[in-house]
Amino acid sequence: MRRRRHTPAPPEQQALVSGFDWRRPGIRWGVGGAQIALLLGLVVIGLGPLLWLAKSAITPTQDTITHPMALFPNGSDWGNLRAAWTDVEVSRYFWNTVVLAFGSWLSQIIVATTAGFALSILRPAYGKLLTGLVLTTLFVPAVVLLVPLYIEIVHPPLIHHSFIDSYWAIWLPAGASAFNVVLMKRFFDNLPHDIFEAAEIDGAGAFRLFWSIVLPLSRPILGVVSVFAILASWKDFLWPLLVLTNPDGQPLSVRLPTIEAQTPLGVFLATLFIASLVPIIGFLIFQRSFLRGGGLGGAIKG
Amino acid sequence: MSALQPAKPVRRTEGNGGERVPVVARESRRTRSRGRRTPAGWVRGGGLSALLFLLPMLFVFGAFSWYPIVRTAIMSLQHTNLVQPATWVGLDNFRAVLDDPQFPKAVRNTAEFAGLALIFGYPVPLIAAVLMSEVRRFRGIYSALAYLPVVIPPVVAVLLWKTFYNADSTGVFNTILGWAHLGPYPWLQSPDTALPSLVLESTWANAGGTIIIYLAALTGVNRELYEAASTDGASLWRKVWHITMPQLRGVLLLTMILQIIGTAQVFLEPYLFTSGGPANATLTVLLLIYQYAFGNSLGGDYGSATALSLMLAAFLAVLSVVYLRVTRSWSTT
Repeated sequence: MRRRRHTPAPPEQQALVSGFDWRRPGIRWGVGGAQIALLLGLVVIGLGPLLWLAKSAITPTQDTITHPMALFPNGSDWGNLRAAWTDVEVSRYFWNTVVLAFGSWLSQIIVATTAGFALSILRPAYGKLLTGLVLTTLFVPAVVLLVPLYIEIVHPPLIHHSFIDSYWAIWLPAGASAFNVVLMKRFFDNLPHDIFEAAEIDGAGAFRLFWSIVLPLSRPILGVVSVFAILASWKDFLWPLLVLTNPDGQPLSVRLPTIEAQTPLGVFLATLFIASLVPIIGFLIFQRSFLRGGGLGGAIKG
Repeated sequence: MSALQPAKPVRRTEGNGGERVPVVARESRRTRSRGRRTPAGWVRGGGLSALLFLLPMLFVFGAFSWYPIVRTAIMSLQHTNLVQPATWVGLDNFRAVLDDPQFPKAVRNTAEFAGLALIFGYPVPLIAAVLMSEVRRFRGIYSALAYLPVVIPPVVAVLLWKTFYNADSTGVFNTILGWAHLGPYPWLQSPDTALPSLVLESTWANAGGTIIIYLAALTGVNRELYEAASTDGASLWRKVWHITMPQLRGVLLLTMILQIIGTAQVFLEPYLFTSGGPANATLTVLLLIYQYAFGNSLGGDYGSATALSLMLAAFLAVLSVVYLRVTRSWSTT
C-alpha cells in the first residue's frame, strides 16, 4: 500500500481511480468489469426497448402477439409503417406536432431573450422585483395552474371568445417558462459588459444592442433553450389534451392513446416508432446540447 | 466613458454601466434621479425601451402564470360551474376533499409511488454516474445510452411499456421471465403489482436525467484530493466514501427533494397505464384532481380540484422548507 508514494500520476489522470490503481489487477478487473457490465446493462435497458419497438414496427401483428421476442419468425411486414403513416393519418398529427412545437419554441425564445436582456442589461429600477416574481413561479407546482388556466382559455377575461382548439392556447402559455428566463438572464449577466458600453458610446440603441450584439453572442444558450423547448413541446400531453378537443388538430402524443384502442398492434407499434423517431434523431444530432443542458439544469437549480 | 457620459443625454444602459464602474455610478445615479422626475426624462433615460423589452414577458407571465396562481387561491374558496356566477363557499371545498373516501387512498398511493421511486431510482443513477465518470474510452456512448429513454416522448414510453406489461404468458416481460421459469405475472392487472409496475417504467424514463446531473456534479469534485488520498494510501472505497460522496452531498440532497416533488405530481403513468385502477390501486393525487375537474362529463368540480391542488402545493412547500432546514443542520455538523 505504501509503495504508492513513488507513482505521481500525470495531472490529466488525477481521477478517483488513479493510474496506479488501474495497474493493480484487483481494481483493474473489479472496476473494469463493473464498467463493462454497466455498458451491457445500459445497452439492454436504454437501447433494448427501442430496438424491440423498431423490430416490432416491421413485424406482422400476429407474430408480435404470439412470439414477442422472436426475430422475424415469418418475415417482415413493412406495410405497418405505410398503414400508420396513411391509414391512421399519422402524417397529419405529425404535422400538427411540428407546428405546435415551432410556435411554442418561438414564443419561448421571444419571451426569454427579451426578458433576459431587459432584466440583465437594461436593468430598470423595478427589475429586481420582476426577477423575484419570475423566480417565485419556479416553486409553484404546475398542477396549481391547470384548472384556472383551462378556465381562462375557455372563458378568457376581457375577450369573449373561447380559445379551445386554437393553437394560441398552446403557444402563448408555453412562453411563461421561468426556467428559460432565469437561464437567459444568467447567461447575459456573464457576457462582457465592456462591449455594451463600447456599443453605447458608438451610439447603438437598446434594440440595436439586443439584435446585433447580445443575440449573436448568445448562440450557445439559444441552442440549449431551443433544444429543450422543442423537446418539451413534443412530449407535452395533458395540456394539449385539455385544450385541443378536435381530433384533426391534435398532436401525435394526444392521439396515441386513441390510436392504441383502434388499430392492430403492429400498426400501432409502427406509429409509436414514428412518434419517437424525431426526438431520437434530434438527440443524436444535438447530443452535446442535451447533455450539457441536463447538467445545466442541475447547476441552475443548485 | 466618464468623459463622454455627461455629453450623452440618452443613457439606456446607465444602470448597468453605473454598477460596474463606481466613479460613474455616483454621477449617473444623481443624474438619473433628476431625469426620472418627468415622463420625458424617463423616456430619455431608457425607461421606455426597457418596458418595451419586458412587454412579452409581462403579458405571458401575467396572463398565464401570475394571474392563474392567484385565481387558484380564489377558486378554491368558490363554487364555480362556468355557467352561473361563482359563489363564495368558504372552506367547503377543502372539507369536501378531506371527506372524500378516495382522498386518503390517493394520498397513500402517491406516497407509496414516491417512496418506491426513491428506492428504485435513487441509488442506481448515483452508482452508474460514479462508474461512468471513471470510464476512459467511449464515455459519450455511456451517457448517450443512459439519456436515450429521457428523450422518448413519455406517452410513447408509457404505451410501449403497456405492451411490455401484457399479462398473458406471451407478453414481452412474461416471455423473458419465462426463460427463467418465472411468472407469468399479472403486472398492471393486479392491485398488488400495478403501482410498482408504474414506478418501474417511471424510473426507466427518468434515471438518465439524474445520471447527467450527477456526472456534471462529479466534474466539479476536487481532483487534487484524490491524488492526496492516493499518496496517503487510501483504498478506492475510502476515496469514494470520504472524498466523492461528501462533495456530492449538496447535489444528492437536492436531487432527492426534486425527485420527491416530481413524483408527488405523477399523472401520466396512472392516467395512461391504468386510469387509476385496478380497484383504485393507482389513483394518485393528480389523477384525483383531474377527475374532479375534467373527469365528469356533466361539468367539473373546479372548487374541489383547485382546493386539492393548493393542498398539494402547500404540503410540498412545507416539506421542502423542513427538508432544507434539517439537511442544513446535517451539513454543518
